[in-house]
Amino acid sequence: MEEVLPVEPRDDATASEESERGENGAEIVLSVQDLTVGFGSNIVLDKLNLDIYRGEILGFVGASGTGKSVLMRTVLRLLPRRSGSIKILGVEYDAVSEEERMALDMRLGVLFQHGALFSALTVKENIQVPMREYLNLPQDLMDELARLKIDMVGLAPEAADKFPSELSGGMIKRAALARALALDPDLVFLDEPTSGLDPIGAAEFDNLIAKLRDTLGLTVYMVTHDLDSLFSVCDRIAVLGQKRVLVEGTIEDMLACDDEWVTSYFQGKRARSIVRDDDKKAS
Amino acid sequence: MTRSQVKTDTDVQLDEAGKDGIRIYRFSGDWRCVSIHTAMPRLDELASEGGEAGEVDLSAITAMDTAGAWVIRRFMNRIGDVKLTSDKPRYVELLGALPEELPEPTADKKKFRSRFVRFFTPIGAAVMSAWEDTIAAMFILGSAVRGAQLKLGRHSGLSPAAIVNQIDRMGVQAVPIITLMSFLIGAIIAQQGAFQLRYFGAELFVVDLVGILQLREIGVLLTAIMIAGRSGSAITAEIGSMKMREEIDALKVMGLSPIGILVFPRLVALTVALPLLTIIANFSALTGAAVVTWSYSGITFATFLARLQEAVDFSSVLAGMIKAPFMALIIGVVAAVEGLKVGGSAESLGKHVTQSVVTSIFVVILVDGLFAIFYASIDF
Repeated sequence: MEEVLPVEPRDDATASEESERGENGAEIVLSVQDLTVGFGSNIVLDKLNLDIYRGEILGFVGASGTGKSVLMRTVLRLLPRRSGSIKILGVEYDAVSEEERMALDMRLGVLFQHGALFSALTVKENIQVPMREYLNLPQDLMDELARLKIDMVGLAPEAADKFPSELSGGMIKRAALARALALDPDLVFLDEPTSGLDPIGAAEFDNLIAKLRDTLGLTVYMVTHDLDSLFSVCDRIAVLGQKRVLVEGTIEDMLACDDEWVTSYFQGKRARSIVRDDDKKAS
Repeated sequence: MTRSQVKTDTDVQLDEAGKDGIRIYRFSGDWRCVSIHTAMPRLDELASEGGEAGEVDLSAITAMDTAGAWVIRRFMNRIGDVKLTSDKPRYVELLGALPEELPEPTADKKKFRSRFVRFFTPIGAAVMSAWEDTIAAMFILGSAVRGAQLKLGRHSGLSPAAIVNQIDRMGVQAVPIITLMSFLIGAIIAQQGAFQLRYFGAELFVVDLVGILQLREIGVLLTAIMIAGRSGSAITAEIGSMKMREEIDALKVMGLSPIGILVFPRLVALTVALPLLTIIANFSALTGAAVVTWSYSGITFATFLARLQEAVDFSSVLAGMIKAPFMALIIGVVAAVEGLKVGGSAESLGKHVTQSVVTSIFVVILVDGLFAIFYASIDF
């Protein structure tokens, strides 16, 4: 079965025509409009709106149980929605054919909170799963690409032939990131990427994500509670609360916001020490 | 659509018209992971032609990702000394961000193993693991006999609720399938027996055949096999997945014995349920036999019962029933041993569940044979 699939060139200068542009002219990679999600009589998200622009790192925060995971899982179509539209790379998922859906899936990468590596496969084989399914490459090139990804995420080359059960928590996160990046996606979802890492490892991970964004032009949707990540690598922050996006903007906007939860989150004891450090560095 | 043909403009052209005869490789089109395979043969061809110093021109590339960049980097490494030119600095930057060479893993030195060693290693390993399994089974059995758990505290550790719950799951819920299976088995044996005995005019003796066979051997054996498949696998999977998620370790650090809490109630429940299920199986099989002998050979229920009473004495019933608790213990202990051996992967869980069912069915049949020899030698 040989189908011909037109591939849009992905150069910034010639971004696909159908993709929308935001107010500041940047391309919108993920657009969520009036999204409502609920289970039974319990409405979790109510008419939520959210835009993510190309090349930015969006940090997503919210108190536990406000539906951060539900939103991410709904965007990834792991949960059904009541109403609203979700456009990924300018395409409404439900409105396109099976082939286009698959082409769309290839352009998304997901790092699950606990890695979700396939336990029966080695790290190298885990990274090659999407390559095998979608690409038509010789095995030696796939091996090299897998080793390249392993090197990119900062894992030792010996990790390639280890099974997930032989890896530490931080190595699992890195291996899972390598798998998420296997097909060089446009949009990467990271679910608490630095939770469970030591501060040094977490800072390295943040730098890694920023570096990948700069070199590969990734767009990153990051659910995180790590204040260091929010302050250091996130371009924009969205706060989820009261079943919608409470406030979104830069870290300065967060500090200026007068919502009670946002104030206590960004100006609490733990956050203040980070802000103070930044001030020290600046002066 | 996987691996489908993708229409692309991925290409590389060799331009030798440059000044001073410098070979210029002009890369053009889409160099992403979805399309690079179309240009791979062309690259190999160009690389094998070789040539000295050259220039790689990325100006005409419309899209590139790390896979494409890596293929170009690999090509550059193969042809040797090259200069990179492009009017799109982004691609040069991406290419520059890749490592020149992939770091090689420091390979462990593979020890030389002779054919002799390679042949006998698995056999030795199998013997050792069988021995370890036996020790583990004895440990579990001993812990269960010693008591529900080893902790000191308010509770004795015997939790009737857990045991009753397990009896419900392993015993009561198995009643329909055991009844149906035994009914069919009894009917089949009776039909076959009647058919063969008819030639000797001894059709009535089919009652002896079914009665003795079912009560002494088949009843308990098939029930045990069914329970090994039904409950043994469940026990292994439950304990195994708890082991995978460190729940067993959590019990241990709380000072609780996982064997006391998880294995003991299941062992007790199996030991209670299996004899009871065997009784049900026996009644059901005899009913099946009675129905078939009535419809097939015209033996009335009254005759059937009278003949059964003569053929079967109490020792026949007892001979079968004595075996049931032993079979139950075997199923439970084997399942627990396999469950506690589960490692980190989903594959390991599957392997041990299979192993649990296979081993317990095998040991159940083996033990049944040993009982038969024992009964024969003591004239029971």
